Amino acid sequence: MVSVNPASIPQSPLVAGMKCRVCGKQWPVSTTNFCEDDFGPLEVDYHYDRIKPLVSRQLFESRPNNMWRWKEFLPLNGEPTVGLHVGGTPLVKADRLGKAIGIENLWVKNDAVNFPTLSFKDRVVAVALSKAREFGLETVGCASTGNLANSVAANAAAAGLKSYILVPSDLERAKVLGTSVYGANVISVRGTYDEVNRLCTQIAFHHGWGFVNINLRPFYAEGSKTMGYEIAQQLGWRTPRNVVSPMAGGALIGKISKGFNELAAAGLIDAPRTSFFGAQATGCNPISGSVKENRERHKPVRKPDTICKSLAIGDPADGFFAAKLIRESGGWAEDVSDDEIRECMALLAGTEGIFAETAGGVTVAVARKLVRQGKIRPGEETVLCITGNGLKTQDSVAEILPAPAVINPQLPEFQALLVNGAPPVRKAEPAMA
Amino acid sequence: MAITVNIPPPLRPYAEGTDKISLSPADATTVAGALKVLVTRHPGLNDRMYTNGQLRPFVNVYLNNEDVRFLDGEFDAPLKDGDDVAIIPAVGGG
Ligand SMILES: Cc1ncc(COP(=O)(O)O)c(C=O)c1O
Ligand SMILES: [Zn+2]
Repeated sequence: MVSVNPASIPQSPLVAGMKCRVCGKQWPVSTTNFCEDDFGPLEVDYHYDRIKPLVSRQLFESRPNNMWRWKEFLPLNGEPTVGLHVGGTPLVKADRLGKAIGIENLWVKNDAVNFPTLSFKDRVVAVALSKAREFGLETVGCASTGNLANSVAANAAAAGLKSYILVPSDLERAKVLGTSVYGANVISVRGTYDEVNRLCTQIAFHHGWGFVNINLRPFYAEGSKTMGYEIAQQLGWRTPRNVVSPMAGGALIGKISKGFNELAAAGLIDAPRTSFFGAQATGCNPISGSVKENRERHKPVRKPDTICKSLAIGDPADGFFAAKLIRESGGWAEDVSDDEIRECMALLAGTEGIFAETAGGVTVAVARKLVRQGKIRPGEETVLCITGNGLKTQDSVAEILPAPAVINPQLPEFQALLVNGAPPVRKAEPAMA
Repeated sequence: MAITVNIPPPLRPYAEGTDKISLSPADATTVAGALKVLVTRHPGLNDRMYTNGQLRPFVNVYLNNEDVRFLDGEFDAPLKDGDDVAIIPAVGGG
């Protein structure tokens, strides 16, 4: 791997600094993630005029198919040192799912198979932990609804960093196990995600550790842009009419848009005219609620109540910015019930062979709802962001799946099955009845 | 006993390094009242916490560990002896 100490590398000439998303004031690059004037969140700012002459479609295409082919747009000073194989996931033409939900030109961006921990969170963690090493941090951590926990634990283990992972105590078993196995210090906190997050904020202030979603958040969030670059490149260097993205903290949806805009700023694609649609569960819908009720600021949800725990953030840090993007891009947001989530997990699996976690069920069900509402029209090219793997949330879908028929190992019994009842069929609703 | 208002590390430079203040129930009867006492005693905090008389959107306030936005009356929620008010910037999230 690297032979130089990443902490000794001078600042990248492509990074302009940090910029407050509220007042616009510039700050130096550091582990402070908020503006000291108004507590507005900071965002990494780049010298696009310097990036533009350095990059081309050919350059990006000539590099290995992972997220680091986009490194000029990422906030590291040197080469990445964590998560070298993350990204480069398939964009799947989803005609069978499209038929089922009423979209003629549908794609699935499949981060359920992102390496190494099977969710898009590996993208954000690869940037956050590479940056943590540049800052010389040795202990990292996060507050997590599950996927981030898995990813921080795995990538920290591979990088030899110590990690503290705090999760709400009602998290799925598979997500807890898929964190402890990497040797992380896992702490189960009696409370909601937002309470866990508040505790982590206090820990970060007191211990100076690198919490990827708190003091490293500006760098973390940049990783999600790579999902946007990949979608545009995979479509043949253009952007789709619509993107449907799940929302928890609300960062991903905004970063996909930022990714599109940066490709345009570098002259690699035409100016995007994409509408962004946000997806949440009805049991935790602060952002979709604020869009539907036309409120500028979201109302936080005290006690999220949904099988989709990965999206159960009641007080989303980027809620305001996500709702603004959705409104200004001509998109919309919706939320769906637990039954719709389960049904659409099975629908995605049964039509495209893609087993996504509950957040995928949310995204598919919201897309279907938006078609029924006329907010997405059948002819509009639409990309669904599938962000996590179904093997992590099997229990949530188990109850709607048929149990296998049980027979003795005798041909007549098998043939009797075929006569008496066809093999069980999944009950998915027909398209736009 | 008294009511405590905790000042988070990033705000302490604007409060002469103080990490918390104590008030008696006579000083303030609501959360909003306690915050008013805080910025009166440490005027440097006023501009950091408020803009045009409104609490800044990325500043969260907790009463006994509960987000004030979830309390009956929100910032008008009543205080009693022994209560603990904490200001925590909303500096992160999922
Ligand atoms: C599977 C999955 N999809 C989507 C999200 C939402 O991402 P964001 O918090 O950036 O809105 C999360 C996480 O929080 C997640 O775990
Ligand atoms: Zn600012």
